[in-house]
Amino acid sequence: MDFMSQVVQQLINGVSLGSIYALIALGYTMVYGIIKLINFAHGDIYMVGAYIGFFAVAQAGLGIFPALVVSMVVTGLIGCLVERIAYKPLRHAPRISLLITAIGVSFFLEYTSMLFVSPTPRTFPEVFDSSVAFHIGDFIVNGQQVLIFAITFVLTVLLTYIVQKTKIGKAMRAVSFDTETAQLMGVDADRVIGATFGIGSALAAAGGVLVGVYYNSIDPLMGIMPGLKAFVAAVLGGIGSLPGAVVGGLILGVIEAFVSGFLSSTFRDAAAFAILILVLLFRPSGIFGRDSQEKV
Amino acid sequence: MPDMLEIKDIHVYYGAIHAIKGVSLTVRQGEIVTLIGSNGAGKSTTLRTISGLLKPKEGDILFEGESIAGRPAQQIVKAGISQVPEGRRIFANMTVLENLELGAYSRDDADGIAADMDMVFGRFPRLLERKEQAAGTLSGGEQQMLAMGRALMSRPRLLLLDEPSMGLAPLLIREIFNIIVDINKTGTTVLLVEQNANMALSIAHRAYVLETGRIALSGSAKELAASEEVRKAYLGG
Repeated sequence: MDFMSQVVQQLINGVSLGSIYALIALGYTMVYGIIKLINFAHGDIYMVGAYIGFFAVAQAGLGIFPALVVSMVVTGLIGCLVERIAYKPLRHAPRISLLITAIGVSFFLEYTSMLFVSPTPRTFPEVFDSSVAFHIGDFIVNGQQVLIFAITFVLTVLLTYIVQKTKIGKAMRAVSFDTETAQLMGVDADRVIGATFGIGSALAAAGGVLVGVYYNSIDPLMGIMPGLKAFVAAVLGGIGSLPGAVVGGLILGVIEAFVSGFLSSTFRDAAAFAILILVLLFRPSGIFGRDSQEKV
Repeated sequence: MPDMLEIKDIHVYYGAIHAIKGVSLTVRQGEIVTLIGSNGAGKSTTLRTISGLLKPKEGDILFEGESIAGRPAQQIVKAGISQVPEGRRIFANMTVLENLELGAYSRDDADGIAADMDMVFGRFPRLLERKEQAAGTLSGGEQQMLAMGRALMSRPRLLLLDEPSMGLAPLLIREIFNIIVDINKTGTTVLLVEQNANMALSIAHRAYVLETGRIALSGSAKELAASEEVRKAYLGG
């Protein structure tokens, strides 16, 4: 394979990985947009989604698409529940209390999961014929990659529609812009915040299931690294911005693929966090971020 | 005329600060009542408490005979009270149309909402011209009109206005106040908070003067406009 084909091949790999980051980053950015919380438990929600998908396939014998839907719905509800129990009582507390609570929730989800599903990694059943692959010239796009990309695309379009066109979406944008004024319009802010957690968690669950399909292996601590990476992606795109989360996720995925492919996969994680440092130093508002104007 | 809104001796705190120290006032159906007073007297706090953003520690608020004190804001909008907040607080990153749609958030009657949207565009033709524009690009006067139109979209029986004249040129203030009179004439009761006491007293039926969390004076707008005390303190001699 010549150099150019390698570039394209890594691009394909990067977009698949980046799609997963994008799905997780969307939830990060939505929650940040609405209550200014960096929800460090979000990566663990993604792990929970992966396990629910796993049980739906392995125990209930569902196909990949029904399993995906089940996982998204159940994880979405768990996300709402976490918000209700852990974050809602802190609505008027200082932001740092919320952040510390998020870290607590993260540990809670990780170790409670270990208790129930054991710390041993599980092998995600083959739900997708991995021999299905598309050869385009020299390049190979395997079936899982197409699946990941297609599902990410559909979910992103759906989310954009919800946020831009539906009543709950408009309420989300209003609460995110100015919670109090949204309440004066008759918006039940608590309900909207709950819905935001639900939708964000469902998207992370989709990411979890897709990762299970792609890498075949899941474990209770699988959310830590992708959670951090998705946070980097959200910051890179401009935290609070939905297109930013998607673009940030894709860019991060592609950069990681290139670093793994052309340098060494050892540097992969270092590259991601180097990006975080560079963005924070030179463009803290990210690619799509507005210059942050603190509301008085 | 029956009392539409009756505030009975409410006390409101911001943390440890005792902001409202026993305010009582009434608004009768069909009136324009104004609440005047200097900065920090508690005018906005009173409106925010009526709207449910703050809860009174003591006292009660009755709307059409029913207690609404301490209810969440969305229920108060549903009950028929809407507020144009201080500084307009429009959703700057959303379109004019979306702002108005949010005003109707508490309603489900699509036909009624469409009719009220036409009514608002009829009252504020400038908004119709700019309905697809981001609300943040409007001028100050247009933003005030949008904030008022947005509040009308919930079809309130009582409209609370917080400093509608703030930051506007005198000619625009006159226009805004004419619109307030007009809204009142079409059947909406108005409680108006203003620092511009002159303008407020010129359109109101009755007035209350708030000083450091207490009602200092009350009476018909004419009486207060003529009173020596009010003239000295709020009308510039």
